[in-house]
Formats: sequence, structure tokens, C-alpha cells
Amino acid sequence: MKVELRDVHKTFGTVYALKGLSITFHSGKIQGILGENGAGKSTLMKILSGFYQADQGEIYLDGKQTLILSPADAIVHGIGMLHQDPLDFPPMQVLNNFLIGAKGRIFPDRSRAIQEFLSLCKEFDFDIDPDNYVDALTVGERQQLEILRLLWLGAEVLILDEPTTGISTPQKKKLFGTLRKLASDGKTIIFVSHKLEDVSDLCHRVAVLRAGELVGEMEAPFNPEKLISLMFGKPVIIDQRQHLTPGEPVLEMCDINLEDYRLRMKGINIQACKGEVIGLAGMEGSGQTLFLRACAGLVHPVGGELLIQNESMIGKPYRDFLQKGVSYLPAARMEEGLISGMTLSEHFSLVDGNQSLFIDQKQALKVSNQRIIEYNIRGSHSTTVEMLSGGNQQRALLALLKEPLNLILMEHPTRGLDVESSIYIWNKLKVRCSEGTAIIFISTDLEEILNYSDRILVFFTGQISKPLNASSTTVEDLGELIGGNNWDKNFSN
Amino acid sequence: MQDNKRNSRWINVGVQFVGIIAALIFTTIVLFLTGAPPLQAFNQLLLGIFGSVNNISNVLVSWMPLLIVTAGLLVTFAAGLWNIGIEGQIIMGAIFSTGVLRMLQHSTVPGGIIIVLGILAGIFGGALWAFLVGVLKTFGGVNEIFGGLGFNFIANAIVLWLIYGPWRRPGVASLSGTEAFPSRLSLPTLPNLLISPWSLILGAISIIVIYILLRGTYIGLRLKAIGKNIRAAYILGVPTWQHMLLSFIVCGLFAGLTGALQVTAVYHRLLPTISSGYGFLGLLVAMLINFQAIWVAPIALFYAALNIGSIQLPITLKLDSNLSGVIQGTLVLFVLLAEGFRQKFTRKT
Repeated sequence: MKVELRDVHKTFGTVYALKGLSITFHSGKIQGILGENGAGKSTLMKILSGFYQADQGEIYLDGKQTLILSPADAIVHGIGMLHQDPLDFPPMQVLNNFLIGAKGRIFPDRSRAIQEFLSLCKEFDFDIDPDNYVDALTVGERQQLEILRLLWLGAEVLILDEPTTGISTPQKKKLFGTLRKLASDGKTIIFVSHKLEDVSDLCHRVAVLRAGELVGEMEAPFNPEKLISLMFGKPVIIDQRQHLTPGEPVLEMCDINLEDYRLRMKGINIQACKGEVIGLAGMEGSGQTLFLRACAGLVHPVGGELLIQNESMIGKPYRDFLQKGVSYLPAARMEEGLISGMTLSEHFSLVDGNQSLFIDQKQALKVSNQRIIEYNIRGSHSTTVEMLSGGNQQRALLALLKEPLNLILMEHPTRGLDVESSIYIWNKLKVRCSEGTAIIFISTDLEEILNYSDRILVFFTGQISKPLNASSTTVEDLGELIGGNNWDKNFSN
Repeated sequence: MQDNKRNSRWINVGVQFVGIIAALIFTTIVLFLTGAPPLQAFNQLLLGIFGSVNNISNVLVSWMPLLIVTAGLLVTFAAGLWNIGIEGQIIMGAIFSTGVLRMLQHSTVPGGIIIVLGILAGIFGGALWAFLVGVLKTFGGVNEIFGGLGFNFIANAIVLWLIYGPWRRPGVASLSGTEAFPSRLSLPTLPNLLISPWSLILGAISIIVIYILLRGTYIGLRLKAIGKNIRAAYILGVPTWQHMLLSFIVCGLFAGLTGALQVTAVYHRLLPTISSGYGFLGLLVAMLINFQAIWVAPIALFYAALNIGSIQLPITLKLDSNLSGVIQGTLVLFVLLAEGFRQKFTRKT
């Protein structure tokens, strides 16, 4: 289906998200949409998928002007959107999620749905149990479920908003293969991303947005430097890992055993030292999150010894971990990180650790304005966090990290951030390292792990590799290990 | 930006006004259906409120408990909790207060001190009853709505048992309650009126304390965070269950105070209906004002006026005095409905 947007405007309060944007998407093509955070990518896609209404402008589907009033309406017209944060129902079973939005019958034909679900799973090589509950799935698997659901509902146009942020490299390869196949079947694929390499890997054509306007379009093959300068209006340089001599251990795990409903991790022995950055690589759901949450005190080990600054933390509540200067930054930012309905200023007050009864409003205002500038958040102290764009929410989350800290634990620290912001954030984190903070982070971006870590742990179905030295490891090595290959060669005991 | 904000505020006020008008129209229709002359009914209602100094004073008598109890409810609402057990907490406040008064009524302790002790006991009783609901919620995983309902029944049972049993009047035990206390155990009232200036002072203190607690303190901020996203609040380091328990206790304090005032300032005895339904009415008021502390006083006054104004209806027009309940209920529904429409409308544009 050919999709055409003409002169689309959209404002949020006083913020101009889109300024008269016109763009055309052709069937059988994978069209990339590039742009830094807040460029208007998500807004444009949400208008196309009926989530928002444009203030002004028209949408033409196969040349016919169409009003798209709601997401349900969009899917009737064959437009399906995969949102950046999966829109599903965590307390429900996978199959019920899959059936939601299906038209007609009061009593869904469950056995047929199961069959079709499983065959779709097989086609895409996804491994999702239809009887499992969605809250037991990883963000990556939830995204997969959404893709399957939209295809099953008959989407002709598939919009993917930053789909590669939640999934591992092999899964990404799989996804890209699928998208290519769908495009060759005549479907229209719109791929929204701020990741240059993903876009140049996959797309036939790319449009670059900046500040709500279309600033350029290009056909493959792309010139990356030109794309970057279009995105930012200037070239960007990625810098290198810093080399600090690690100090005393901040975190020590001795023979720790961890368990959740599907993983069992045994005999973990790890040290994280002052000033050290440890990257955790692996497919979603291989145990990294469980490990990180155990470090944070959110999950209690079933055995072993956990020391933070030489003090045993076994059996201690999460708050004691916080008092020890441990901070945890979750992946699900609106579910676990930020509080919808509260302003940025309120968030900063909430974490300021002040023991007095009354809030010093003047001070709070000063602190929040300072942080907003420091972290380059596009919003004011009185903006409620749900009004921020995804990237700005991530920046707000990072701005909430206390100072000083002994240990920072992060899931996908730069998820949803463009190259420039990621570099900026990492520079700030490096300053903390040089002040003695240890960092452990999960990322699906192997480049990020290799660029910023001192040591790397690879997770595979609950097993943890021995620490790899990041400077002598390559993306290819990591890719193999994540997929479960070469473990014996590298870690034979 | 400023202009935008002001505009949307005026739209809000306008929407609420439309809701109020709709509620009045609906009530008028109900009056027509029952065959009563609507104009006369509204007229009688107004007379019941403003007809005499006595009536106005009665409105104030009804205003204070509603104000205090609603103020308390804002704290649990801030934490996202539905303290349905508020009625039971008022009753327990009244029971504890009565208990202390009964214990000391024949002693030589000065009346003023007995009253203060009685009120403190009432505050404790309300807080205790709320604390139990909170404990069930935080440690037992019992939803506060179910727990609260259960404790309401228990409080009701206790009050009936006391009135018919150990605390019954000599001779006849009846629904009219326990023996009235001597006048030295009553909060002093204004000359020839039923309203006690002490109630007014306690009411004013209550709402100011709650306003400041919710707007200006870390406790208020943390409660808000818990109410809006308990998981994120926990990860950001808010002690969640401690604050939830605290919010129950604070709400219970105010409910207990309400019960104590019902005994010491209004009825001077323990009645089965000692709470007068102020707890549930307070829930309605809180919803109507969208949990904004600044609106509690005027709206509670309005509701109290409706309560008092409708007392005369059965006598003058043979209408049931529950008309005020109809108005109070439909008002909440229509204002919430108007607000719902506003949200739908503003989202589309």
C-alpha cells in the first residue's frame, strides 16, 4: 500500500512536534526514518497509526484520502504499529494478548489461533509459549509478540518504532530477514530509528527528520557522514574507552545462586571494582536482568555471599542497598523508572534524599532547572514525565541518579538516545567512574558494550562467561558467544 | 504558555459548571416524576439552609465533621488507596471517646480535661481501626476496600453491642443510644446555638494541616509517588509500605477526631448512627473535588448545607429528606461525567 502524508502539523501545548511535513512511503520498500531524539519521528508514526490526530494535514492511502481516527481504525486500514515500549497486557497470557484486537466473534476460536500463532512463530523463528504470561516475557519477546499480532490482523503497512533496542543481535538479524521478506511480498515497511547502522543495513530509502521537518531523503547505498550531518546539522565523533586502574572492590559475589520462574543461575563469582565498567551481553532473558537486580537488592539470592564495600548484604532489603550508594536504572522507564503524572521537579525532590519534613521549593526549582540543562532534557521543571519524548524520558532517568554513588546498575542506559546524546551521557558516567563509581550495565548494542566496558560478561541461558577483556574482544567474538557458540573453546575449565 | 494554562483552567471551571447544571436539571426531573413542585422544593431547601440563624448554625455543625473526614481521606487517596473503612474508623473514634467519657464522668477530673482526653482517645481509636486495615493491606495482601468493608461491619457490630449491652441505658436499651453525658462533658457551644467554636477551630486546623502535608512536605510527595506508580516509587527509594501504613494512620486520626466530635460536640452520647454517613459522603466530596485539598472546605460546606436544607422537606412537602442524597450523588456523577467528556474532547483537538 502506498502511504502519503501531506503537510502534517502537530503541536503539544506550546511544543511544535511536526511542522508541515510531507512524505510518501511506497509498497515493497523498507523506508527508514532517521532523526535525533525529539525530531518528531514517533509523533509522525503515531499520527499515521491513529494514536494521535494531526492538527492539520491529510493522509492518503493508495491515493485515497483517509481519516485514521484510532489505532483500531488504522489496523482496519491495514496499518499496524509496533511501539517503542510494547503496548500489551502483562498480566494476561500470550494467546489472549494475541487475540486482542481480532474482530468479530464473541467466542474466539482459540485452537485455530494457537495453530496460527505457532506457525507464525515458526516462520519467524520466535520462541514464545502461547500459555505463558506476558509479564514473564522480556521486552524483546513482547515486541516479537506484537509483530506477530499485527501481521495476523492483516497489516499491510508495518511501522516499527525503534524495534532493535530491545532485542539481541541474532534476533535482530532474524527480524531484518523477516522485514526484507515482508517487503518483497509487497508490504510497506516503515522503520523508525536513530541507529545509523541499522538503517543502512536494512532500508531501501531513508528520510531524515530534524526538529519536526523533513531535512533530506536518500536512496541506498547511504553515505553515513552525510546522514549524520543531516541528523545533527554537524558531524559527530565517537570517542574511546578510558583506562582507569580499578580500585578496591565495590561489589563481590561469592558462589551466588539466583533463581526465577525460568532461570537458575549457579555459583556466580564476580567482583566489580571502583572505577570499573562491566558490560553484560547476551540475548534478552539470558539472566542479565536477574543478575543486575540481584546486585541492586531487588532480587534475593538463594545462596552464597554478596558483599558491597566489604559488608554482607544477604537478606538485607533494597533500601539498605540504596543507602550503600547502589543505584538501579530499569529498562521499562514508564513502568519502573518514572512516575507518570509527576513533574520533573517533583521527581528530583523525590530522590534528593533530604530528611527534613518540608520541601524547599526554591531549592527544588533550582536543582531541577540545573539538571534539566545538565542533561539536556527537552521540557521544563513543571513538565510531567509522560509528556516527554522517549529519549528525554531516558535522560530524565539518568538525571535522577544520585551523587555520589558507589555502584550504578543500568539496563539499556542509552536506549532510545541518539548517537550524540549517548556519547554525552557516557562522558558524564565516565566522570563518575574516575571518582570511584563502578558501573555494571546491560546493553543489546554490542558496540556500546565494547566501547565503554573494561570487562564484559556474556550471558547464555543462565550461564555467565568468565570476564572478557573488552580491549581484546571483537563484535564477532561477542556475537558468537551470545549465540552460545565457542563457549568450550573460550572457557574450558 | 501562561495564556494557555489560564484558558484550560477556565475551560475546567466551565465544564464543572455544566456538570452542576446538568445535576440540577436531573434532580428537577426526578422531582417532577415524584409529583412534587420542583421550584417549591428548591425554595424549601434554601429556606432550610438560610431560613434562620439556627439553620445556618446547623449547617456549620454538619460541615465540620465532613470537612475533617474528607481532609483525612485526601491522604489515603494521595497514596492511591480507597479507604472505604472510613465509616468504621469514625465509629471507633466515637466508641473510644465515649469510653473515656463514661469512665471519667463521675470522677472529680475537670470537665475540660475529660473532653480533651475523650477526643484524644477518639483520635487513637480511629487511627487504630485504620492501622488494622493498613496492616492487612501491606502484610496480608488484603485489598483495602475489602478490609475496610469488613472493619466497617465489625465497628457497627461493636457499637450495637455496646448500646444494647454494657453501655445500655438504665431501664431501656434502644436505638436512641446511650445515656446522655452531663453538660460539663460537652464542648462549649455559641450561646443558644448548637455549633461549638472548638469544632470550627479543629476543622480549620485539620484542613490546613492536610493542605500543607500534601503540598509542601516530602511525605506528601512520596505519597503522591506511591499513588501514581508504586513500583517506580519503590525503585527510586521511597519506603512504600511504611508510607501506605502512615497514610492509613493519618486518615484514621482524622476519622477518629470526627467520631470524637460527634460525641462531644453534637450528640453527647453514643448512637448506632453516630457516623451519620459522613465517611461515605466524604468519599463523594473527595471525588467531586478531584482530590484537591483547596476545594474541600467550600464543597463540604455545600454538601452540609444540602444535608441540613433537606431536613424540613418531609414536613413541608411530604418529600423524603433523601432528596439531598439524590442531589449529592447526581452532582458527583455529572461532574465526573463532564470531566470525562472534557478529557475526551481536549484529547481529540
